[in-house]
Amino acid sequence: MYVAVKGGEAAISAAHELLARERRGDLGVPEITPEQIRDQLTLAVNRTMCEGSLYDPELAALAVKQARGDLIEAIFLLRAYRTTLPRLGNAEPVDTAAMRIRRRISATYKDLPGGQLLGPTFDYTHRLLDAAPVSAREASEPVAPASAEEPVPHVTALLDREGLIESNAATIDGAPVGDITRDPVTFPAGRDIRLQALARGDEGFLLALGYSTQRGYGRTHPFAGEIRMGEVEIELVPEELGFAVPLGRLTLTECEMVNQFKGSADAPPQFTRGYGLVFGHSERKAMAMALVDRALRTEELGQEATTPAQDQEFVLAHADNVQATGFVEHLKLPHYVDFQAELALLRQLRAEWQAARADRPVEDTCAEPQAGREAAE
Amino acid sequence: MTATLPAYNFAYLDEQTKRMIRRAILKAIAIPGYQVPFASREMPMPYGWGTGGVQVTASILGPDDVLKVIDQGADDTTNAVSIRRFFARTAGVATTTRTSEATIIQTRHRIPETPLKEGQVLVYQVPIPEPLRFLEPRETETRQMHALEEYGLMHVKLYEDIARHGHIATTYAYPVKVEGRYLMDPSPTPKFDNPKMDMSPALQLFGAGREQRIYALPPFTGVVSLDFEDHPFERTRFERPCALCGAADVYLDEIVTDDAGGRMFVCSDTDHCEARRETAAGPPAQEARR
Repeated sequence: MYVAVKGGEAAISAAHELLARERRGDLGVPEITPEQIRDQLTLAVNRTMCEGSLYDPELAALAVKQARGDLIEAIFLLRAYRTTLPRLGNAEPVDTAAMRIRRRISATYKDLPGGQLLGPTFDYTHRLLDAAPVSAREASEPVAPASAEEPVPHVTALLDREGLIESNAATIDGAPVGDITRDPVTFPAGRDIRLQALARGDEGFLLALGYSTQRGYGRTHPFAGEIRMGEVEIELVPEELGFAVPLGRLTLTECEMVNQFKGSADAPPQFTRGYGLVFGHSERKAMAMALVDRALRTEELGQEATTPAQDQEFVLAHADNVQATGFVEHLKLPHYVDFQAELALLRQLRAEWQAARADRPVEDTCAEPQAGREAAE
Repeated sequence: MTATLPAYNFAYLDEQTKRMIRRAILKAIAIPGYQVPFASREMPMPYGWGTGGVQVTASILGPDDVLKVIDQGADDTTNAVSIRRFFARTAGVATTTRTSEATIIQTRHRIPETPLKEGQVLVYQVPIPEPLRFLEPRETETRQMHALEEYGLMHVKLYEDIARHGHIATTYAYPVKVEGRYLMDPSPTPKFDNPKMDMSPALQLFGAGREQRIYALPPFTGVVSLDFEDHPFERTRFERPCALCGAADVYLDEIVTDDAGGRMFVCSDTDHCEARRETAAGPPAQEARR
């Protein structure tokens, strides 16, 4: 007798066995270690930490390995671990003005206090495939690690001193900051919530949205006021101690965009701001985030939101790649019963259509069948 | 590198998270059919694969519960196996395929054929909790429509179906009205199952993880499928009984038996089918038809 095949335990186990074997690849080639991934595929690890919302290079490297290099899968692994961690408290806000700078550039000033520091960058490399950088040059003398010694003020702080750019809203000590991992997002969402969602949002999605604003879908006339990357100290004030205790250092990339003016009868024209801040060295993401942050401020700045990048419900609801990939890929799950329901209806409609056509006079037979239905959930 | 693997709490979620979800569930029970926002967590399975249902189940599960998990009505579909195994592993609870033995049944796309009893909980996995979503994509708009009980848009949609096809062309996720107040999405169960929701003695909980919503039908809640006086709601009917157990008036899966148009129709609810075959003298002659 025919038995319906619907999967089952044995099939799942076998599939996971195959996955493990594929992950290992050719046994004649040495197995890659998480340490190698952490130190040599740093940017993959950084993206995983950033969108996984967990600063832990070791675990992120492990996730990249376990995910066979699929970064969204790695992000997912990290998130599913992060969500189980207890909250010990909220760290003090990090001070990016006090960052130990490894890279700092401004597109708005040729020279400025603190200087321009290229640091480790792909910029100005010629993209020619070349085995040399990965092998031969390893042995050469290391370049003296450049880092700025003098204080490096933010470019926007220089503009702010002259009143040329809007001041950041004053921070209120102890004011509650939203947390999208502890409270569901409600619309309209404040900027704290929006920035959190963007920080863990998909790099590719934000890149495309930011790009669209440059191509006329909500122009913001941006200048890269400053991009800085380096280490910041992170501190916690335990309640029982009452003073700040350093927890360690984070590598962050920060981007401050300087955007088109606003002004009114009451306020003189000023530049406006877009802000991006991400874990690790993730410059593309920080820049895209800053563009989208500014676009999402359209209504707050008194303009009408008309383009996708300005539409916070559209952007925030679709930026999370763990959510997006899950829902897109759930179409792989069986939909037998819904499909059966559609099949039955379609057969009935077709039968009725055929019957109606048989009854109709000959010249009137060009009615078109209807098939407008959205895909199954 | 030593990445120590964590020890997980009973049923995976930490107790604070469970409390938060239970509060949302209690609110949902207090306002039947109303979608309560909750801070959905990442789960170790993908969004869209039952994370809402899994969070609800994890929050109400106790060590003495007996869990049944179905997908498409069947206990042996891959995702049902995976979720059942997840709870067996993280909570160590007893599992069953018998509808009558389960205290909690997590489901995707079906309501069991065996009538549910008082004390049982049916947990639905919900992809899109908002019944108005495909008519109005904006959450700010749809929440207002619910607040004002402004459901004309849905009636117009159903009317347009009738004008175009002669029928309401919605066969699953068929919208219902709860206790005459909230319009509710029953999750993508076939409309065949809608009447089972009405005045059910079991508690029905709906979890949408990605969309961060929980809603509920307390036991003995009135649930009415939307329709018109001259186009009353019709349950999907099958022309034939199950080819394996002979059950009539059940939902059937169509199984393609060969590449020459051969088909057979069998129960989508595997437990119902097996139980009938065990108790009956024997199955009727298998019928395959073109």
